[in-house]
Amino acid sequence: MNWKLAINIALTHLFTKRKQTLVAMMGVMFGISMFITMISFMTGVNQWMEDVAMDGTPHVRIFNPMQVKEERIIDAVYAGSNNWQVVAHQKPGNDLPKIRNAALLAKELEALPEVQGVAPQLATQAFFNNGPIKISGSISGIDVRKQQALFNLQSKVEDGSLDDLLTASNSILLGRGLARKLNAVVGNRVSITTPEGATILLKVVGTFSYGISTFDDTKAFATISTVQKILQKDPSYVTDLHIKLKDYRQSKAFAQKLQPRFSVYAEDWEAANASLLAGDVIRNMMTGIISFTLLLVAGFGIYNIMNMNIMNKMKDIAILKATGFEGGDIVGIFLLQSVIIGIIGGLLGLLLGYGCCCLLRVTPFPAGEFWRMNTLPVNFDGRFYAAGMLFGFVTTLLAGYFPSKRAAKIDPVKIIRG
Amino acid sequence: METILRASSIIKYFKEPEPFQVLNNVDFEVRKGEFLSIVGKSGCGKSTLLYILSTMDTDYSGRLEIKNEALTGQKQNALAAFRNAHLGFVFQFHYLLPEFSVLKNVMLPALKLGKFSKAEIEEKALAKLRLVGMDLHATKMASRLSGGQQQRVAIARALINDPDIIMGDEPTGNLDKTNSQRVFEIFKQLSVENGQTIITVTHDPDFAQRSDRVIEMQDGQIIRA
Repeated sequence: MNWKLAINIALTHLFTKRKQTLVAMMGVMFGISMFITMISFMTGVNQWMEDVAMDGTPHVRIFNPMQVKEERIIDAVYAGSNNWQVVAHQKPGNDLPKIRNAALLAKELEALPEVQGVAPQLATQAFFNNGPIKISGSISGIDVRKQQALFNLQSKVEDGSLDDLLTASNSILLGRGLARKLNAVVGNRVSITTPEGATILLKVVGTFSYGISTFDDTKAFATISTVQKILQKDPSYVTDLHIKLKDYRQSKAFAQKLQPRFSVYAEDWEAANASLLAGDVIRNMMTGIISFTLLLVAGFGIYNIMNMNIMNKMKDIAILKATGFEGGDIVGIFLLQSVIIGIIGGLLGLLLGYGCCCLLRVTPFPAGEFWRMNTLPVNFDGRFYAAGMLFGFVTTLLAGYFPSKRAAKIDPVKIIRG
Repeated sequence: METILRASSIIKYFKEPEPFQVLNNVDFEVRKGEFLSIVGKSGCGKSTLLYILSTMDTDYSGRLEIKNEALTGQKQNALAAFRNAHLGFVFQFHYLLPEFSVLKNVMLPALKLGKFSKAEIEEKALAKLRLVGMDLHATKMASRLSGGQQQRVAIARALINDPDIIMGDEPTGNLDKTNSQRVFEIFKQLSVENGQTIITVTHDPDFAQRSDRVIEMQDGQIIRA
């Protein structure tokens, strides 16, 4: 097999039939660019959804669930008795939703290798008063520095500044929807009524938005000490510990490990967002199916074009064979053409795909009030480009190999005499 | 004179559209340097026979020997290499590669053979083109030539590796009187001067008449040798 001659013939074919070559390259290019654009966009959307969910949620949350206790006093009193003891409509005890030794517990948790950080919170229900109207919502007392470091709260702040929570006393950060309902802007004071009935004026230092309306319409942030003051509790009073893990996928296992070890109630991210997780699984499945379909369609397109190319050259193949070219020469000549078309078309496809992704990335998308999004989310992942290129290369290789192998096998007389 | 080609008991069937025996026990020999014409009515199997002799059709029973080498049953690649070195073929419809220049068309079989350097092959190709009177058109694209010119280039291509046997399937089939005459003269010259063997299938009685020997076929059998 003479490669130099094969290259020479392959290049002559490509250059003399320029239009055909161009069409074949464009077929490869469009197939690959569509695949890249679609998969980047779809995974971009998935990633964005996940980010939205993860930003607002701790990976593991430790709190006091305040529920009816399983063990009953009556069982302890009549222990060993053979009688049935029935308590109708049992009530929970008058416990505080406080986590005992929260500061020490947080320190111990932070020392664990899986944990990235722990942010204490003090959450309470509250009524936000706007004249005669009471709007129910909740205030989370936060450790501003830790909340910023672990959950990047500053990026959610729309007006005002997170740091003002620390500098101004009796200050509050309102959700965007809540602020609108209260008709409050930065610098205003809002009146808040606690579950215990006390009313207090707090200064609005900013508004935030997570892009989830149920969150933005009801939530407010203040410092832990401010909320402790509102509730008239001591400085060790904390109701939640929000844990951020290094790998959020381990949250379930970590939460299960935590419960017996520290005898606390730990809720993991997956349990808190079961419906969201199901949606995620379905979306990922859809992404897989759609990208597979895209590749299949693109693959068939490429195969057809290459096949046509070779069918058009059947007479030439017969001549080459008649004058002494072997089957291997024929396969080599057409394989080279396919590979050249595959590589150039593939590279153009990568460029076009990247261009389309960049365009999508800057396409304005007014998502309305519910989602916080200005432009379409696109995932720029090098692996998609590598997969697209590899796929284009392999498909053109196969699409060049099989028809040319078939042509190389038959007697030349069958082509010449029809 | 030594025998260069020997065909014995060649039998061939066409399976499509319905089973039909094209060649029925064909036996004959060709001597070295002979100018042989095969004639007969359309459908008598003369072209089919020629393609079997050329090794381009392997679907037959019987035995084919060229230069004392049994070719029946050999692999495709071995046959291609044999054609490349020992056989030249001229088709009825010129069959040049349209993407290549005249010179390149002639050079390709020699480049495949790889016996000489590129410069030597180019020189040889020009000499062959001169022989058929086409050397002035060497740089033209093959698709730009007239039918007669293409046929002459095809002959030059068939000659490039100095084959022992040159086969032609109605090489003058769609050429005018002058061009037919030229092709005949070239064949005659090759046979007389170089001792190359010529086997042609032809419908042209004049062409056949002037060759060394005529084989007439009818219904898949040789009726006059």
